[in-house]
Amino acid sequence: MAAPQSRARSGLLTLPALLMFVAFAVVPLAGAVILSLTRWDGLGAISWEGLGNWVEVLHDPLTGNALLLTLKIMVFSWVVQTPISLLLGVFTAGTQRYRAVLAVLYFIPLLLSSAAVAIAFKAVLDPNFGLGGVPGLGFLSQDWLGDPDLVLYVVIFVIAWQFVPFHTLLYQAAVRQIPASLYEAADIDGAGRVKQFRHITLPQLRNTIITSSTLMVTGSLTYFDVVFVLTGGGPGNATRLLPLDMYLTGFSANDMGKASVLAVILVVTGLALAFSLTKYTGFARMRSEQEGL
Amino acid sequence: MAAPTTIADHRPHARASARGGGVRRLPNVGAGIGGFVWLAVIILPIYYVVISSLRSQTGFFDGNPLAPPDHISFEKYALVLQSGFGRYFLNSVVITVVSVTVTVAFSLMAAYGVVRGEGRLARTSFSVFLLGLAIPVHATIIPLYYMITRLHLYDSLLALILPSIGFAVPITVLILANFIRDIPRELFESMRIDGATDWGMLWRLVLPLARPALVTVGIYDALHVWNGFLFPLILTQSADLRVLPMALWAFQGEFTVDVPAVLAAVVLSTLPMLVAYVLGRRHLVRGLTAGFGK
Repeated sequence: MAAPQSRARSGLLTLPALLMFVAFAVVPLAGAVILSLTRWDGLGAISWEGLGNWVEVLHDPLTGNALLLTLKIMVFSWVVQTPISLLLGVFTAGTQRYRAVLAVLYFIPLLLSSAAVAIAFKAVLDPNFGLGGVPGLGFLSQDWLGDPDLVLYVVIFVIAWQFVPFHTLLYQAAVRQIPASLYEAADIDGAGRVKQFRHITLPQLRNTIITSSTLMVTGSLTYFDVVFVLTGGGPGNATRLLPLDMYLTGFSANDMGKASVLAVILVVTGLALAFSLTKYTGFARMRSEQEGL
Repeated sequence: MAAPTTIADHRPHARASARGGGVRRLPNVGAGIGGFVWLAVIILPIYYVVISSLRSQTGFFDGNPLAPPDHISFEKYALVLQSGFGRYFLNSVVITVVSVTVTVAFSLMAAYGVVRGEGRLARTSFSVFLLGLAIPVHATIIPLYYMITRLHLYDSLLALILPSIGFAVPITVLILANFIRDIPRELFESMRIDGATDWGMLWRLVLPLARPALVTVGIYDALHVWNGFLFPLILTQSADLRVLPMALWAFQGEFTVDVPAVLAAVVLSTLPMLVAYVLGRRHLVRGLTAGFGK
């Protein structure tokens, strides 16, 4: 037999994956920066434009509208989803049989694609034949998706419906890791349920709260599928979030240059958020959690 | 409603004693009520979708939307199935199977390379993959669209498969690398001294040991490709190439007034996942949260 293979060569095994990743993720990322400096309608020739797109986009009130809506949905989603997911996570981590049964049902929304969720809710929320038609649920008979003052909250609700189960899973898994001895000790000390929750459960969930919140906040930059199918950004521009603004600018208004500017804004915001969140909450902790996968 | 909790609390499980056993045995009524309220929030829309899909067009607009239909009708399901649903299902299966197979194979190699390799390539590629976790797909679609058209792949299944692999690779590599790191070094060393090549070690040592991790990460990747909407929206246009989420969207445009048919399509498109959930709930749940939490 030949001498044992050099371990330097083992590194070559990363190449196929690296090539796919660089070609179809990193190169397009760089491409967005370049395209943001050009004029292109998506079909014809590409011409150099310089910073013109940037000036236009930054002065466009639609951009401010998109950023504000995105910020709103980010904050509201976090405020709505975090307490519900956390409580449900604790709830489903309990050993009672009925909770296990409920947990199985809670996760059903995860089986639906975003398109399915959006289409289902379009019907459910219809003022004529949706749930508003159920005797006793008449208050649900509103033009949920047509009223510019309501629609953003509807979107926040539908997104919560879709994503709370996922975050519940994270919390459920984390609660099950909490050593039972902590609760036993608290029982002996006579600490009640609320006290135990505040002084044991919550502190023990700290890392999961950070992980889940980071995913929620960075994820809220990418709410596209559901909103696109549910409202298409409307009525008017009432739900034209940043990714939707980018899509519509590029593929409806055929202005790929301006759309690329929005894409770059999206990346920069996402990276800035991810880095500041991990830094603020302690990068070392994130790392150690990642390594414990 | 909350009565069974007290019974369950006595089960000899570690958490049982923590929850309510020992000193107090009062059931947590508030939590129980909250739990059922959330159940209603989850189940009502789903029930509405299922029950409406079983109505005929005439029965749809009148009466209580939550009452079971007078006669259950599968005509809308037949309509959806005749509208090319099988084709769309097959497209989804093809892109998911191919993308996941290639992603997992390449990522396993890469994870091995990252963990076992020495030298700059192994080190840099790990940081590159780590960075990749932060790239939002949406920000890359315009250049992707440009690249795919220039490669003459626009409107083909390959146009969906290639970027799906590219974006699935980083998280897959990182999860698998973490797993391979836990394999005792001595196992690799003894195989190496016996003259095993990298391929030999990958095939005979890593692959068998990493099987559970491969299943988990494969499910995670499959879910993302299966439910993906953005790539099909941007990179394909013909009706033949629709995947299920696209087909749903198209149905909705075609059958605007025929809401029961649209909802039947929603149910049909979710059935495969439901079957998977019933058959392998544990695997699915683990796959969903792969990469986050512990």
